[in-house]
Formats: sequence, structure tokens, C-alpha cells
Amino acid sequence: MSQPAAGKQPSYFISKGVGETVQAGEAFAQLLKPGDVVLLEGEMGTGKTHFVKGVARYFGIPEEEVQSPTFSLVHEYPGRCVLYHLDCYRMQRPEEALEIGLEEYLYGSGITLIEWPEKIAPYLPPVCWSVEIRHLKGERREILIHQKS
Amino acid sequence: MILGIESSCDETAAAVYDGAQLLSNVVASQNDHIDYGGIVPELASRAHERVIWDTVAQAMSDAGVTREHIDAIAVTEGPGLMGSLLVGLCFAKGLSVQWQKPVIGVNHIDAHIYATFIDEKPELPFVSLVVSGGHTQLFHVPRPLRHEIMGQTRDDAAGEAFDKIGKLLGLDYPAGPVMDRLAASGDASFYDFPRAMLRKGLDFSFSGLKTSVLYYIQDIPEEQRDDYLKKHLNDLCASISAAITDVLIHKLRQAVRETGVKSVVIAGGVSANSMLREKARKMTGQLGISLHIPHPEYCTDNAAMIAVTGWFKAREGQYDDLRLKPYARHQWDKKSSAV
Repeated sequence: MSQPAAGKQPSYFISKGVGETVQAGEAFAQLLKPGDVVLLEGEMGTGKTHFVKGVARYFGIPEEEVQSPTFSLVHEYPGRCVLYHLDCYRMQRPEEALEIGLEEYLYGSGITLIEWPEKIAPYLPPVCWSVEIRHLKGERREILIHQKS
Repeated sequence: MILGIESSCDETAAAVYDGAQLLSNVVASQNDHIDYGGIVPELASRAHERVIWDTVAQAMSDAGVTREHIDAIAVTEGPGLMGSLLVGLCFAKGLSVQWQKPVIGVNHIDAHIYATFIDEKPELPFVSLVVSGGHTQLFHVPRPLRHEIMGQTRDDAAGEAFDKIGKLLGLDYPAGPVMDRLAASGDASFYDFPRAMLRKGLDFSFSGLKTSVLYYIQDIPEEQRDDYLKKHLNDLCASISAAITDVLIHKLRQAVRETGVKSVVIAGGVSANSMLREKARKMTGQLGISLHIPHPEYCTDNAAMIAVTGWFKAREGQYDDLRLKPYARHQWDKKSSAV
């Protein structure tokens, strides 16, 4: 698997299974700096949470700490850099993101990773990373990473 | 007499417990007397601020008590959303100063276990499975207030698996309760979905089941998919419920075997699931041990469980002060053979 490139050039890979999706997250994490925001887009079951496990591994956070935040809305993982793992799946109105303190996460000193960001589109920062994961046949997924600005 | 306050996620709740009996139990979103000012109850956090006073006042008046009767104020300190927790915690501290009563911080997950004590007296030591939309954990409880973690989910919570897989089948999210109802008239052997046993240890994983259901659905030719799912909905709900509950029961049985306990407590929202209850009854019956499941009212997020846990902590003299801080996450001690 190739390393994702820094800068605005999109990088693209095919993951052959959950393990490779975790690896992709770990490789991508090298590009992240405190304060960065990562949008994780993809249908249910594409492996968004597994990708976050990879990012966590890079920052020295045990993978098993990373669990789906669908119900809890936000999980915080302390590591070399604190990760805020948000999940907007349950939100019915974008304003609910403000209720949970979205701005404190986005503009804090940690890295914020957001699943189902389309639910809170009006409140997302203009500059962020976009990770799109799509189903291919069987366990294969395509992962497209680029910087939005 | 303990006043309990809960605000860790979606629900704002308050309850009064006197050590023998629950005197009141108010959940704001379910109480007609609490005025949301026309606002639809929202998810979490700052919404708590708008209703917390009315919720606590309602719990006090339902219980027929005044501040003089209260010995301590128990409040959820974590895990949960920081913004949400802070509302409850600061409110409790304010009351503590005004009423001159101590405050007691309570762990939300631990409290789910103690909800059992509202109506029953489970014999210690016991093993407890806490299963809800956000949590799936297995604890060994050797004595009151000692909780050793034996296993937990590595990805999705069991309740989340029900909710999301149901959505894949075309049901509305959260689909858990509907799936339970449909499963009752379905054939659990209709399709053999994988049971992720993670041979090593007592951890759980449910995301693989979610994707296997997804692949199963994708394999149905598109033009037949809707009709097929409609026709076999009950059978699929039953087969999926069987896969989830088999794993939960298998690990629970293993935990009982490892610890040699004589009682089991199942708590959290998913403990209302009828297939889980039936399998747990069968398993504990075979092993000749007792099974305790709190009343469904005390299984979802509520403050009764916070008040009861607060009562146990007060009995042990485990009071906090105004330095009490919220935490988003919590690491429990691991179960070790030395304890």
C-alpha cells in the first residue's frame, strides 16, 4: 500500500479488508497535526470506525479503545495527541452538533475525526481532510483521501 | 436519603432513593409536567440546562421530600459527553453548597449494575453484563463498589448492532425494540450469521456481523431485494438476534465459569431484549445460579440507578467535594486472579 501524499493531491487506495483499512488510517495519521479535522464519509459498514482505529494506533492509543461513538456522540482518546471521535449519525438537525459542543472540539488542540459529517454540513470548517470510503465487491473498499480548502 | 441526578448523554433525569425504596424517578423527556418551551427534546448536552431544575424539582415533589430530608446528592461524573456531564455536575455542586449536603460522583456504567438493587438483592460476588446502545461490558463484582472489567466490545455496542442492522433491513433507526418484536415470530435458524467469538478472552465484536448482513443483502438480486426482505423480515430479525445473543450468552457463561459466581446481573437497555432474557434464563437455570435483570424502566438511562449507587457509596463513606470533575472515558481495573 502506498503512503498517502501530503498536499492537495488526492490519494487513493484499495483496501482488501478490515486490517488494511486500519493500516490505511495509520499511514494517513502521519500527515495529521493538532487542530486538524478529518471528515469520514461512507455508508454504514464501510469501515469508518476501523480507519479511526488506525489513526489512533499511530498516536499510541490502543486500538480496542476506539469503539463506535454512534450512541455516545463523542469519544475522547488521550494519546500523543488527543483524538475526538464524533459520530453525527443520530443527529436530526445540524444545530444539535453545537449542543454537544462541536466548536470546542473543532477549534481545540486535538484532532477531530467526524463520522457522518454530512449531517452537520453547515458547521464544518472550510479547511479539513476528507476520507471517503466506498464499498467494492465483498470486503474490498476504495479509500479516497484529499484535503478540502 | 439520596437525590440522584443524571445527564451523561441524551436524558436529563432525577430520582430520590431512601435506602430501601425508590421514592421518585423522573426522566425529563418522558415527563409531561416538564416544559421544554416548545423545543423538541434534543440530543444531549446544553439541552440539559433548560430542564434540569424542573426535573430535580419534580423528583423532589414526587417523592414528597424537601431538602432537609436529603443526606447527599449523587451525580453522574462519567463516562459521557463533557458538556452534558458538566451541566449535571455543576448543578449538583450548586445544590450541595446551598443545601449544605455532600456530593457523590457516580460512574454511569457502574450505576447500570446497581439498578438491579432497586427491586432485588443479588448475592455478591456476581458477574454483570451491561448491554446498551452505547456499551457492552462484562464485569466481575466481588464486593459492593468493586468492578473489575472482564471484557468489552472492540467496535459496536450490542444495542448499536441491533439498531443499525435493523436499519440495513429497512427498519427505522433505532431498530432494536422493533427487531425484538419481529424476531419473536421469526425462525432463528433461517440463516446462520457469524458469531464473532474472538477466541482470546471475553471481548466482543459486532461490526463483522453488521457487514456480513450487508453482504447478505447485497447478494440478493436488486430487483428481488425489497420483496425478499419484506417476506423474510421476521426470520432475518430472529436469525440476527440469535447471532448477537448467542455471543453475549456464550461470553457471560464463560465469565461465570472463570469466576465461579452464583449470580448474574444483566443491565442496560438491551437487557429488555426477550431473546437475551430467554437464553439467560436457560443458561442460569442449567448452571443452577440466579439471574437478576432490573425492571425495564431502570435499564435505560435514568437517575434511580445513580441515586441507588450513591446510597451504596454513602454507606461506605465515599463522599466527594467540590473538586469533583467529569470524565469522558473511564478505565476499570482489570479482573485479576489475585483479587
